[in-house]
Parts: sequence; structure tokens; C-alpha cells
Amino acid sequence: MRDTTFTPSRILIYLAVSLIAAAYLVPLIVVVLNSLRTAEEIAQTSMIGWPKQWAWNNYVVAWGDFCIAQTCAGIRPYMLNSALVTVPATIVSTLLGSIAGYAVSLWRFRGDRWIYGVVALGIFLPQQMRLLPWTIVLRDLGLTNTLTGLVMIHTIQGLSFTALFCRNYYIAIPPELIRAARIDGAGFYRIFWRIVLPLSPPILIVTVIWQFTHIWNEFLYGVTFTTGQQQPVTAALIALSASVADIPQHGVQSAAVMIAALPTLLVYLFGGRYFVRGLTAGAVK
Amino acid sequence: MSALTVHDVYKRFGPTEVLKGINLEMGSGEFTVLVGPSGCGKSTLLNIIAGLEHQSAGSIQIGGRIVDDVPPKDRDIAMVFQSYALYPSMTVRQNITFGMECRNVPRAKRDAAVVSVAKLLQIDALLDRKPSQLSGGQRQRVAMGRALVRDPLLFLFDEPLSNLDAQLRVEMRMEIKQLHQRLGSTIVYVTHDQIEAMTLATRIAVMRQGVVQQFADPETVYNRPANLFVARFMGAPPMNTLSARLEVTSSGTAAVLGRGEAAIRFPAPSGAEGWIGREVVLGIRPECIAEPTRTFSDAPDPVLAIAARVEMIEPTGAETIVVLRLGDERALGRVSPDVRYRLGENARFAVDTRKINLFDPATGDRIA
Repeated sequence: MRDTTFTPSRILIYLAVSLIAAAYLVPLIVVVLNSLRTAEEIAQTSMIGWPKQWAWNNYVVAWGDFCIAQTCAGIRPYMLNSALVTVPATIVSTLLGSIAGYAVSLWRFRGDRWIYGVVALGIFLPQQMRLLPWTIVLRDLGLTNTLTGLVMIHTIQGLSFTALFCRNYYIAIPPELIRAARIDGAGFYRIFWRIVLPLSPPILIVTVIWQFTHIWNEFLYGVTFTTGQQQPVTAALIALSASVADIPQHGVQSAAVMIAALPTLLVYLFGGRYFVRGLTAGAVK
Repeated sequence: MSALTVHDVYKRFGPTEVLKGINLEMGSGEFTVLVGPSGCGKSTLLNIIAGLEHQSAGSIQIGGRIVDDVPPKDRDIAMVFQSYALYPSMTVRQNITFGMECRNVPRAKRDAAVVSVAKLLQIDALLDRKPSQLSGGQRQRVAMGRALVRDPLLFLFDEPLSNLDAQLRVEMRMEIKQLHQRLGSTIVYVTHDQIEAMTLATRIAVMRQGVVQQFADPETVYNRPANLFVARFMGAPPMNTLSARLEVTSSGTAAVLGRGEAAIRFPAPSGAEGWIGREVVLGIRPECIAEPTRTFSDAPDPVLAIAARVEMIEPTGAETIVVLRLGDERALGRVSPDVRYRLGENARFAVDTRKINLFDPATGDRIA
């Protein structure tokens, strides 16, 4: 039954909720509006205002022409960098995490809980604490200032999350299924590929969305371990805002921010409902 | 050659001992049922036979081969699980052939095997469905098909019928029995349902707290239970167990219930002479207490006529269960539904005295 009458208390609730929602949306609205205003217009009036004329050109400039750290190719190369880091790191960490989660949830072996505990601990280590160790590892492997280095870091660190997600999902798979397969003659990987993985799409969607958003939006490692042409787009945005010009290019910068945010926004729009569903479902029938 | 030998098997989980020295031996073609209340260790024993769990001590032989270090897939066994454990993402056909696929059996041979098993179990029409599209009984059949198609030395059934409703359970029970009679396969079957044990088994192992109480054919387990636990566990309603004294009477040894005028004397089975003058527990099945016109066999006079007060009457349709007072205790009798007893009346009953058992009240072990 749905209650459609608007009582005073209900109106109050709607009012409060709308206010909170508006507060959340203000930054986005400001950026969207500024991305469509010319630099002159922003400089003459203020950071907040309705575009007098639609400056679509901001997006073209931000994408391909704008000068960042002496290179005038816009944010396009950095978007590509981000994609080259995010896509492989997401795929590999999801796959490895799913195998790890399967191992610790459906197989009993000596020290299984201990190993899972250590893997899950990775979630709670602050990022700053890991900076120095990673610096040393990257240096020793000769991967400083490379995209490969970033892929490696995000893959390994993402494993804590993906293993946790998958483990909590697989724990609901009846152990008799694994026993039946063992008697049928299937080994560890065959059981994974033929029985566990086909049950996994709901949780894999969750981990892919989670990993993609986090790696794409990650800033600290990007700015610490890469410079110049090797930076992901999040780090490049900072370089972009630091570029000196006659007047501050807030319009183009806002457009660049919008472009940089687009992939995660799209992932959320298309996968968001699977994400919520996958996190709350969990059960395998 | 014995199909399965369980030799002195122990299983400990930390400080708790789940199996305490299990010894069983079963021949080829036997249908052995492990029965007992939940927590008696029967499923653990089955898992150890399958190789899914490892015993703490002792040894398992399948087909004369010691398999203690052999993984489940190489033990030449097939197992049917309580939850059926069908692979959800595979069709019925793929479920049945998965084992052969793992063993690299050629495609043509696989297909032929599926067809013959599907025909045997009448699941031909379901081969391309997913498990989620099947009813409980159909899933049960597919699970059996998956085991049958392997043609193993040993079949293991882990409470396969307990997820089915009562009517289907009876149907599938008969089918399993028919399959066994037809294929002559060797089966170890775990259940907590004593009726399943009685109807299916060629031999029953009654287990309790990790110890086999009795390992014998159903008739012996039912009529000559090794101890009071088995006597009360097998049979529904269970065997009456009543305190009695063993005395010498003019007509031989008798187990006496009650005192003085009201005393009832049951002729004692032979072998209890050492217990004369002592307290015993008298065990008698409810169906051995019936209406006075009943004859239990053609043999002359196994029948003892007694009088007892009727305390409760439970008609079930096929028969009527009567609660009657014997000495100071209550006992159950099973009488014909055509005989009308009145509540509280002192009625007459006929007792089949051939199937009386005597137990040691201290240990519970059967005396005679």
C-alpha cells in the first residue's frame, strides 16, 4: 500500500531531503555551468552564474588543445593513461580476487583463515603508509614513472577488496556442490571455471564497478609515482589548474573535470543498480 | 572380496571425538544403511569413506584396496547428496556427464551413457533443463543419474530423501530399492529415518555418539536389538521397555511385571538363567500386544493372555494404538481397528511371547 497523502510531517521530510540533495549537487552544478562559460565571462562576473552564451568550445579545447606542463594536447593523452591503468588493473584484480575468495571460502587448507585475515587487513592500511614501500618496490623493479607500475600497485592493493567481496559472496555456495565436483573428478581450477565462475556475475559486476571507480579516481599514487606524460588524468588535472595564463581558464578546467569524471559517472549510471543489488543479494540459488 | 572395509576408524575435531573406533565390513551387492540420531557421526563416516574428510586414525578399504591416501575422485565411488548438489549453471545433461568430462571420456561414449541412464530414471525429457527448472523429485532423480552413470564400485547416499515431502519420499524409497535389486550395486546409505533403514537395507548399522551399536540384518536389528538404545530407536512406535524381575515359576523362567495379584508373568527367553532373582528390563514390541482373538503364528501357543487397563486409544485407520497399564508402567499395543476398547476398562490382550527381549538395566545390553 502506498500512502500518497501529503501530511505536514511528510512535506517537512521532503523539504529536508531536497535541501540535502541540493547541497550535494551544488558543486556538480557549478562545475557543469562553468564548463559552459568563457574564461572572460567568469572573470568579469563570478564563479557562480548562468552561461550568457554556451561555450561548447571549452570541451574541445580541454580534450585536445589545452597546454598542460608544456604539452598542448589537452587531457586526451592522460585519459588514455588512466584507461591503460584502470582497465587492466580492474580486470586482473577482479579475476585474482575472485580466485582468492573462492579458495578461502570453499576450500579448507592449513592457515586458510590466517591468509584471508592478512589479505583483508590490506583494506585497513592507510594509503600514506604504503607510499614509501611502494616507492622502493617500483625502484627495485625499474617501474618508477611507468603505467605498468601503477597497474601493479592497483592490482595488488585492489586484491584485498575483491577477495573480500568474492569471499563473502562465495561463502553462500553450498559446500556440497564442491564435494560433488571433487568426487566427479574436478580439480581446483576446473571447479572454479565450470561451477563457481558461472554463479559469479552479480559479485563480479560489483567488484568491477568498485575497482574501476577507485582506480580511475585514485590520485595520490598517480601524482607520487608518475610525472609528465605518464600521469593519469586525476594527476594531470592538478597540473592543468596550475598552468599559468592571462586569465584563469576556469571554463576549460571545468570542462576537463567533466570529461575526467565521465567514465566513472557512466559506469555508475549503467551499473549502479547492479552494484546495490549485488552488495545486498549475495545468496546463490 | 569385501566391497568396503572400515577398520578401527576414529575422527576427532579438536577435543571432541566424533567417531570412536568404527569397524564395518560389507560385501559386494549389499545395501548397508547407517542410521542414528543427528550428531551420531554417520555423515562424518560417509564423508570419510568418500575421502572428503580424513580420519584421525584407522583405515578404509574399497574393493580390497586401501584408499586412505587416495583422493575422492580416484576411489571409484559416486555420491548422492541431501541437497542434491546439482551444478546450477549446467543443464541436466551436463550435470550427468560432468564426471565423465573430467575424466576425458570421449563424447560419443558420454552421450550414450546419458541416454541409457536417462531412460532408466525416466528423465529423458528433462535433459536440456537447468536444475532450477526441476521439481524436488526430478532433482533427486538427476542426482541419482549423476551417480549411476559412473557405474562405480560403491554408491554413497547421504540422506537423499530428507528434502522430499512425505509422499514423494515413499515413492523414491521404492525406486531406490528397485534400482538396487535391478543393478545389484553396493550401496552405503545414511539416514536418520529408521523406516528408510528397515525398508531399504540388507544390513543396518545403528550408530550413536560415534559408536556402532549394532550391525546386522534388519530382522535381527528389529527383533533382537543389541541394547535398549537400538530397541527404542528402531520401530515406530518404539519397543516397550518395562522394569521386571526374573523369577522361576512352575512353567519355567518368567519376567514378572508388578506385584501380588496384579503381577503379570511373561515367559522369559532362554539364556537368561543367570539373572534369576534380579531386576531386568523387559522389551516387547507394540505389535506383540494385540486383541485377544489374534494368533501370531501357526506354531502352537506362543500366546499369553493378559488383562490390562486401557488408558488411551489412538486410532490410525489401519490399526489402533492402545496405551495400557502393565504393572506400574504404560505400554503400547497395536490392535485391529475393528476391536473397540473402552477407556478405563480392564481389557484382555494377547501377547506374542516369542519376541520378548530382556536387557540389563545397568548397561542396557541385551541379555536374551
